[in-house]
Amino acid sequence: MDLEEAKEFKERCTQCAAVSWGLTDEGKYYCTSCHNVTERSKEVINTGAIPNTKIQAINRGLKRKRKLEKGWDWYVCEGFQQILYQQAEALKTLGVGPELKDEVLHNFWKRYLQKSKQAYCKNPVYIRGRKATVLEDNPSHSDWDSEPDVLSDFSCPSFVESGPDSQLDSRTQKPFPISKASQSETASICSGSLDGVEYSLRKEKGIVKMTMPRTLAFCYLSLLWQRETITLSDLLRFVEEGHIPYINAFQHFPEEMKLYGRDKGIFAIESWPAYEDIYKKMIEIAKFLDLPRFPDITEDCYLHPDILCMKYLMEVNLPDEMNDLTYQVVKMTGIGEVDFLTFDPIAKMAKTVKYDIQAVAVIVIVLKLLFLLDDNLEWTLSNIAEKYNEKNKEDKPWFDFRKWYQVMKKSIDEKKQKWEEARAKYVWKSEKPLYHSSIDRAVVYKRREMVVSLQKQFSALTDSAPTVEKKSPSSFQFNWTEGDSAGTCFHGHSLQGILKKKGQSLTIKNSLYWLSTQKFCRSYCKHVTTYEESNFSLSYQFVINLFSFLLRIKASSLHEEVSLIEKRLFKRKYSKTKKKSRSRKRRK
Amino acid sequence: MSDFSEELIGSKTEDEQEESYVFSGTGMSFPWLQNHIGTIATGGKKEKDFAQTTSACLSFIQEALLKHQWQQAAEYMHSYLQILEDSDSHKRQAAPEIIWKLGSEILFYHPKSNMETFNTFADRMKNIGVMNYLKISLQHALYLVHHGMLEDANRNLSHAETWRYGEKSSSQEVLINLIQAYKGLLQYYTWSKKKLELSTLDEDDYAYNAASQSMLNHSCKTSVNLGALIQTPGVWDPFVKSYVEMLEFYGDRDGAREVLTNYAYDEKFPSNPNAHVYLYNFLKREKAPREKLISVLKILYQIVPSHKLMLEFHRLLGKSEKEDHRKLGLEVLFGVLDFAGCTKNITAWKYLAKYLRQILMGNHLAWVQEEWNSRKNWWPDFHFSSFWAKSDWKEDKALACEKALVAGILLGKGCRYFRFISKQDDEVLRKKIKRIKKSVENHSIVNPGL
Repeated sequence: MDLEEAKEFKERCTQCAAVSWGLTDEGKYYCTSCHNVTERSKEVINTGAIPNTKIQAINRGLKRKRKLEKGWDWYVCEGFQQILYQQAEALKTLGVGPELKDEVLHNFWKRYLQKSKQAYCKNPVYIRGRKATVLEDNPSHSDWDSEPDVLSDFSCPSFVESGPDSQLDSRTQKPFPISKASQSETASICSGSLDGVEYSLRKEKGIVKMTMPRTLAFCYLSLLWQRETITLSDLLRFVEEGHIPYINAFQHFPEEMKLYGRDKGIFAIESWPAYEDIYKKMIEIAKFLDLPRFPDITEDCYLHPDILCMKYLMEVNLPDEMNDLTYQVVKMTGIGEVDFLTFDPIAKMAKTVKYDIQAVAVIVIVLKLLFLLDDNLEWTLSNIAEKYNEKNKEDKPWFDFRKWYQVMKKSIDEKKQKWEEARAKYVWKSEKPLYHSSIDRAVVYKRREMVVSLQKQFSALTDSAPTVEKKSPSSFQFNWTEGDSAGTCFHGHSLQGILKKKGQSLTIKNSLYWLSTQKFCRSYCKHVTTYEESNFSLSYQFVINLFSFLLRIKASSLHEEVSLIEKRLFKRKYSKTKKKSRSRKRRK
Repeated sequence: MSDFSEELIGSKTEDEQEESYVFSGTGMSFPWLQNHIGTIATGGKKEKDFAQTTSACLSFIQEALLKHQWQQAAEYMHSYLQILEDSDSHKRQAAPEIIWKLGSEILFYHPKSNMETFNTFADRMKNIGVMNYLKISLQHALYLVHHGMLEDANRNLSHAETWRYGEKSSSQEVLINLIQAYKGLLQYYTWSKKKLELSTLDEDDYAYNAASQSMLNHSCKTSVNLGALIQTPGVWDPFVKSYVEMLEFYGDRDGAREVLTNYAYDEKFPSNPNAHVYLYNFLKREKAPREKLISVLKILYQIVPSHKLMLEFHRLLGKSEKEDHRKLGLEVLFGVLDFAGCTKNITAWKYLAKYLRQILMGNHLAWVQEEWNSRKNWWPDFHFSSFWAKSDWKEDKALACEKALVAGILLGKGCRYFRFISKQDDEVLRKKIKRIKKSVENHSIVNPGL
């Protein structure tokens, strides 16, 4: 039992995770802390002393496995390319035109590689570090040769199809005198990719580094460029529902692309994307790529507030007649103008519209205009509508806010409950476990095995049919059909009773309004306002929560958007208060 | 960039894992501190959705268990198991115990579950991390006992007992003792079954010898197993009881007395009324002097004044010649009747009625007044209201009579309870009620001068 001899065995014990090995008389490793004996045996060098049969039995493992683990040589940016490719494919199956992948995203990505000096440029980053030590010995290889082959056609993932001149073959020929294996063995930090360690340490000013959330920013930029009918909130919902690869996207890398060590921090992610975050990253990338003004968003585009309002009115089961009002609000506030809507990254204050949030905010404002939402007027109007509907069963029914509230409250609560349950059941961990260093490998794999076998046991207890069915992707989350027996569809209801005739046009009976935000925050915190729920009426809270759940955003960001549009709508009022405060200041 | 800083922290905790595995058994754990450190480690960053959903999943399981929805609980459990792969080593290490507790609960009740699934689950959970092996083994054995599989349980405990691991920590030592003690308890069970068999056999029979021999063997092993645990402070009632029974059976009275005395009087042990009860019963069997018995029960009286042995204590005190013992006898009776659970205890009332008369005849009015002073504010409503008079008379006339006597003595003829009972016209009890009236007249402490 020689502890000295066992020093070279560095894996963690599967029982107690200690790295403290001794050798048994049979040459097997045992853990000195918990006495667990492994299958592994020490390779015997001195073969003379032992009969041959025994050597064969003992000489297993270590060497062969090393080789298998190595896999292909690949770069981090190729990993992201692979993920973007998967995401683009997924978008295509969702019905997005093929140009998005082949032209738009491809070009954006090329531009990114160029701007971040990873490819398509002189002196890319991969070479600079090694130049002194490596390239002097290999003058025959130009810079161009040894940079990663991201030039290969995007539309055909060269990782999968290995043609005669595919990058794989050329890669293996590429000589890197500092071999990866020796590097990773000496250092405790390692990675499966060639530049994983460097990549995670790299901090260059002015360079936007690729991360997992940024892959989605890329996707959204391309969608926006193409003016596709997918909003940012839709995109993120599809990610959460698993229609677009994001969490554990690395699982679908080809077998030979090995991930471990630092790659874990780069590719493994344990959070769903958040709207605000991706939104910010999208602007950041667009600026970094120095993109020109995006194609105009005109009235016939899906992202135009008029169309989006129509869509969301249908989604939340509100009368079609409200379209006229949203149209007017959009017109009065000027948020339907092309210049306002179109994204221009090189403009002075690069900023794009949150199309979906904006449209929903317009609807909230219209609801406020109609019903005031002060926990009082909406119920009075409901009483009137209810009486009218009872008397006139044949006519087109008046919209009854109370009834609508009851229907929506019930269905949104059910939806929310289901959503929370589905989230709680979400499977985060990949089938291929990722480990930090080779000594963790055995422990991590053992743990994975354990979880799988335990899961099997519990799934045997549940019904054979999986309870959470994968929903087919849809931009609608609710489905209201006219003329169903329960009478839960309000699309055809009229707004009569809330509107009154004034000359030729109809105006809203209610002449009152309250502003969601009286004063805007003008300090540097970048918050427009804060949303303290309890300060607002219950109806307003309900409406805000309903819409923010639909878009999976924070209630406060919708409230903010409502305030901003109100500011445009009631410009005069705001300017009055401004003047007042100014004059007060002067007096002081 | 943010992802990489987290990565650094991640790898650090992975490295620490080895340390904490070894040293986390010192019996000191501050979950709040760990949480605190946790938030520092993430730099105050928002927790990951993974952490959020697993904790949501945990509450869904708990809710399902609460509602006995084993099916749903099993479904959520399927997802919750991911926490075993959490990159946060603190959470990962805390997980096996939670999973074991919830999982065993689910498997215990789930209609599709059976012994086999439970056993495989237990065996798997035992081997996740070292710290849980003993605890789970013990609980697994208890599960088997519950299902009547004593042999399997015994085998399991033997396995656990001989299980080897690195450094022994103090918390694990207690567990080992517990495991041995449970093994001992199982052996005791076989022993007492044998004892029962033996009692049916003829002493001259050949089989008798063999049986008694094997009984002896069993008892040796058992006493070794039980002995160790009983030395460590704690509440070990079933173990102590069976250990003492075996010692007594083989005539080791001194040993038994030592064990019981130690169990009752050692200050390191938590206060435990049963310890005193066991000692008292043993001494009673031994026919120990009254003085000794009184001293044991005196302690029990201080811990549980309403214990059913208190009436026996009162009798012992009443027989004593010492004045202060006799005074204590009165205190004890009043003490028993202070408790709502004892209000209908006819023996206690009978004793009190008798003892009051006795004491008053012995001219110790001061004793009675001393006890009564602290109770006269609330006993009349608590015991002697007209409601009680009616209901007692309806339910138990004998009880009502005893209470009426006491009420009369303590409160005088005018009290509601006494008046109600004395007005009753009952064929059988007429004489008795007359006697009560007389006693009250003679002994009532109210206006004794008149």
